[in-house]
Formats: sequence, structure tokens, C-alpha cells
Amino acid sequence: MNENNNRLRGIDITALLKESAIAALVALGLTIVMLGLRTVDTTTGLGITTRWPLVVLAVVSVFVGRLLFALRREWKAAGRPVQRDLKKAEHRAAIIVQRFSTIGGPIFIAFALALPLLPFADRYVVDVATYVLIYVMLGWGLNIVVGLAGLLDLGYVAFYAVGAYSYALFAFYFDLSFWVCLPLAGLCAAGFGVLLGFPVLRLRGDYLAIVTLGFGEIIRVILLNWYSFTNGPDGISGIPRPTFFGLELKRTAAEGEQTFHQFFNLDYSTMHRLIFLYYLILILALFTNFFTLRIRKMPIGRAWEALREDEIACRSLGINPTNTKLTAFALGAMFAGFAGSFFATRQAFISPESFTFIESAVILAIVVLGGMGSQVGVAIAAVLLIGGTELFRGLEEYRMLAFGGLMVAIMVWRPRGLLAHREPTIKLHSGKAPPEEVIKAVTQGGMK
Amino acid sequence: MNQVSSIPPELVIPSGAEPLLTVEHLTMRFGGLIAIDDVSFAAGKGEITAIIGPNGAGKTTLFNCITGFYTPTVGRLTLRARGETFLLERMDGFRIAQKAHVARTFQNIRLFSEMSVLENLIVAQHNELMKASGYTVTGLFGLGGYRKKEREATDLASYWLDKVGLTRLADINAGNLPYGAQRRLEIARAMCIRPTILCLDEPAAGLNPTESHELNKLLNYIKEEHDIGLLLIEHDMSVVMEISDHVIVLDYGVKISDGTPLYVRSDPNVIRAYLGEEETEELPPEIVEDISKDYDPDSIDSDKGGV
Repeated sequence: MNENNNRLRGIDITALLKESAIAALVALGLTIVMLGLRTVDTTTGLGITTRWPLVVLAVVSVFVGRLLFALRREWKAAGRPVQRDLKKAEHRAAIIVQRFSTIGGPIFIAFALALPLLPFADRYVVDVATYVLIYVMLGWGLNIVVGLAGLLDLGYVAFYAVGAYSYALFAFYFDLSFWVCLPLAGLCAAGFGVLLGFPVLRLRGDYLAIVTLGFGEIIRVILLNWYSFTNGPDGISGIPRPTFFGLELKRTAAEGEQTFHQFFNLDYSTMHRLIFLYYLILILALFTNFFTLRIRKMPIGRAWEALREDEIACRSLGINPTNTKLTAFALGAMFAGFAGSFFATRQAFISPESFTFIESAVILAIVVLGGMGSQVGVAIAAVLLIGGTELFRGLEEYRMLAFGGLMVAIMVWRPRGLLAHREPTIKLHSGKAPPEEVIKAVTQGGMK
Repeated sequence: MNQVSSIPPELVIPSGAEPLLTVEHLTMRFGGLIAIDDVSFAAGKGEITAIIGPNGAGKTTLFNCITGFYTPTVGRLTLRARGETFLLERMDGFRIAQKAHVARTFQNIRLFSEMSVLENLIVAQHNELMKASGYTVTGLFGLGGYRKKEREATDLASYWLDKVGLTRLADINAGNLPYGAQRRLEIARAMCIRPTILCLDEPAAGLNPTESHELNKLLNYIKEEHDIGLLLIEHDMSVVMEISDHVIVLDYGVKISDGTPLYVRSDPNVIRAYLGEEETEELPPEIVEDISKDYDPDSIDSDKGGV
């Protein structure tokens, strides 16, 4: 506040208070009748009760609300410097976020690698981290379809389910090991991706979303009802665990074989298996990440992004939209298949209940909140959403409220996702951006 | 005008150039609406062929038929280039660009706006790069000469960036370019598919006189230095009259005139279509001559505004 007591940064406080008082007076006039008095049935006929606290509450909230509203308006009109400060702060925040997206990746990976060795990493932490990493991987997989190719897929969980059931059924019927089934599960899921891709090639946006949503449900309903093959709602249990280069992570090994702790002369601990699973999903997730980063620089990756931007222009350049979309569907589905078979081996039990629509929604939320196409952003969003819901476990039934609040907050703060910055896949000036004045001279005025 | 007497009169190219694109009896119907009605013409190699006509004459529909966005109801579209013959009406949309190398730009600019300027030009070379990357398989592992091919693609892109004056802005998003630069980038992108024919849908729309002049220079350069034909839809008569070798006039989906700019300008059919029926009947011959003789872009522009 400056020398004039009634002015704050050039805003006339008295006038604002007066304006708010008038609004409150109007509210009082209205609420006395509408809220303050209430007719009730009594034994002697119609009576009236009063609810003055409600009236007071209404008047006070109108007064405060009007004051805030007016203050904001005045600030916008007169307080140019305030706004400029805000703009500057926003710009600075954006730069920090951009810088983070380049250095954030290695930090993230280093932390993930070291996590099981850290002192606080008990059974619970490693377990939650494994769970989070499954979603990081699913987010990265879906990012190919949604973030790069721009195909809104609401049935992504179907491919996750196909992967999980492929492994479970291959292991059940043919007694195949995890390492044989992992690529098979990926291939099966990719096959289903192509299967879904064909009928939806001509669809875009909302229509595509509806069909993929339906596809997700169809897969789940088939798994639920094909009792003789998938064991229906009872699920499949006793799914074999993966081995560490042939060494089982169990207390005792089968006849003539060694277990992990026997081979390395360690005391048996259940943590070994958990940490092994953690590193397994970490490797799978990082593989997904590096694959995506690499393929973005391939012609097919650029064609995906071009397709997202403008399909008609793509056709005019001789890009085959059918093949381009199908590869995006197939590759995205393949990674869901890998994640699915990992999920099956981690849980050792799967049932159709694990593959409901809400899973698709959560994975899509991770991609959208993270910033479509941004790898680091997706990882952060997965940690926030999945790890966050674990953190909020103490809130019990308010957990989903916190989850929703977090999503709304991110969308208000950064409507294009946490890290929406996109780096070109190829540069002419190898890192050197053109001088700012050049950009300004060329781009000023003509923005359309 | 033409030495070969067997060519039907509607397919004659005034300069006698070898035909590049031949359009025969093209008809495009949308339900009961006939957008193009039995149009035939030929566009020559190394020439700029302009297609003009009042609004709704079917110019863009014609373009969409040639570039495969519509399949014509009736008619044959033959492209003869680089020793091959393509029947365009039988090809899938994207294959026309892929195999016959027919490039086009759009009336409302269609760039990949969230991608950088350079990336736009690299995407245009998708099919060649796809082959070089072994359909992604070998490219993923850095095998099979993909890097070399990508460098070549970048070189071609740099060449066109230089020609359209966007080299310094190569790494910014295409959507951030000013309008005129976006138009030029779209032409550069179309040129990156190494076209046999370049179809430009109103390239001068929304450009200021300086930019329009630059565009004329660019189109002339493309015509002279690259052995391709250009097909041009344009409303700006200064562009049409200045740079085109051959003008085709459409009105209500029918070809009403075909010839050199000079010929078309004095064709009574064209004047009737642009100025209206009544006036032409009573238009004294001096005035008709006046319009055709001393060509003044401004006056024609204002005429166009009245249509």
C-alpha cells in the first residue's frame, strides 16, 4: 500500500468496497425472503421458520465474491505491470519446464535405476514403483498412437488384456516360459492392433474414440464369457514367474535345478523377486522409450506426426494413410502386449476385472496430462497419477476427489500437458536457433 | 496453331508444346449437381497453364479430380511424364502423388503446423526415405544407407528453403510463419516430392503486391529450371496474365474458352462470363477492345470484384 491509504497499486479500494456493499445489499434483499423464511407444515397449519445463518452466509459470500471479482477486473484494466509480471513469471516457468524436459530424462532414469538400493526402498516402495512403471510403459506405448499419430484410442486396455491373456494361456496350454511368451504376447497384441485398425481407418476424432471404446469392451466381454478357454470371471491363476537366465526366484528349486539365491550364495529373500520384477519392467519401459525416441526420427515417425497434423496434406504428398495408421496401431498395441504379459507374470493371477474401461481412461489421462508426444511428461504424469493415488490412500473415499482435483489443476495450469514442448526431429542449423530479431522480423504481424 | 491434325481441337495447346496432362471429357457429379461438365483440355510440358473462372465454376473440383481427392464420374486423365504414362482417374488418391508425382497446394494452406519448416519438407520426401530406411526395419539400427539418404533429403529441402527465402527459419514451427511465408513453404513442400506437374490452388490469395511479384518470379523459376508443368488456379489476373502460357476458362463447370492469355482476354465468351450477359450485348466494340488492349491489372481486379 502506498501513501494514499485508499489506493492499492492504483486501484480505488473505497469504490470497490462500495460496489461490493451494494451487491451484498441486493443479495440481502433477495435472500431474506428466499432463504431466510421457510414454510413448514405444523400441526396447526402452515408455519414459518427462519434460517438467518444461511442469509448471513449468502450475503457474506456475495460481498467477498464481488470484491474479488472487482479486484481482478481492476487489476486487469489498470494493473498492467502486474499482468506483465505474471506474463514474465509464466514465461520463466515455461523455460524451466522446457529445460527440465531435456535434463529431466537422465535424472529420472538414474533415480529409477538406483531406487531399489536406496535405504527407504522397502517391499511396499518397490511394489508401488513396479506398479507405476507398468503405467509409465503403457503411457509411452499409447503415446505412439495418441501423441504421435493423433489417433484417439479409448480401448488401449484391450491390447494390455490381449498381452496378459496371451502369456497366461500360452503358459497354461503349451507350458511356455515367460521369455518365449513375451515376444509372442507382443505379436498377438500387435495383430489385434491391426485387426482394430482396419475397420477404423476412415474414422477420426470422436468416432474413432467410440469405436475403440467399444473394441476395449468387446475384448473384456469375450474374456469374461468364453469360459471354456479363458476360465471366464474366475480368471487364470498360477501363472509362472519369469526366471533370471534360467534361475528361478523361489525358495526351493525343482529337481536338478538351482535357484537364484543358491547360485549366488545369498540368503533367500522375497525381495529378490520383487527387485527382479522391478528391473524387468524398468528395462521394458526404457526399451519402449528408446524405441519411440528412435522411431520419431524415422520417416514413419514423421509421417505419424504429419498425419496427426493434416491427413489431407499427407495424401497429397503420397503418404499411404492406411499403412501409416496401421503401423501406429500395431506398434502401440505391441507395447501394451509386452506390459500385459509382465502384468500377468507379476500378479500370477489375471481376470477380466483388471482390464476395465477405467484402465484405458487412466492411461489416456497419463498421456494427455503429460503432454502429448512428450516422453518425460508422460513419465511424470504416470508417477503423479498412479503414485499419487497410492499416496492419497490415507484419504480413503476422498482419494478419487484428490485424483480429479489434480487432473483439473494440471489442465488449468498447463492445458497442453505438463511438458508440451516439442523438439524438431531434424534441424538445419544444428541447435542454433535463428537470432530472435530475425524471427521477429519475419513473423511479426503476419500470424494467421 | 498445331501441326498434328489428328488432335481434337479442344486438346490443342496454343504453343504447340508436348502435352503433359490430358483431360478428356471430364465430368464430376455430386448427386444432382454437375460441378464439371464434359471438360477437355491439355496442359503442356514446361508451361504454366492457368485455370480461371468466376466463383463456383468448378476449378477446385477439377483440381481435386486431377490430384485424386475425387474420383471423376466420367472422363480420362492422362499424365505423360518421364517416359511413363499414368491414367490418374484409376489411381488411389495418395498414389497419384507417390507414383505419378503430381504435387499440389491448397486454397486454404495445409501445412503441418506443429512441425518445423524443415520437417515439413522432409515429410514430403517420405516415400524415398521410407525405402532407404528399409521400411523402418534397417533404419532403426542405422543400417542400409539411411543416414546418407536423410542428408540428401535435407540438401533438397535446403535448396528449396533457399529458393523461397526461409533458410533462416528452418527450425521454427511452420504454424508460426507469417501467411505469405506459409504459402511459399507449401510450394516448397510440393516441390520436394520431385513433381512432374505442380498444381497450385490460388497461390497468390492473400498476398500483398510485393509478395505476389515474388511469387511470379518463383513460379517462373520453377518452370524454367525444373522440367515440369504448372497448373494454376488463380483469381489475381495480374498473376494469370503475366506468367501463364495457356489459359483455360471455366464457367458453371463448362469450358468456355481455351487459348493464349491474349486470346482469352478478348474472347467474348469470357467477357460475358465475367461482366454479365446484358452489358456485353450492348457493349460497343471500342470498349471490348479497350478491355482487351491495354491490360491494366487494377481495372481487371475491380471488374472481378463486381462479379
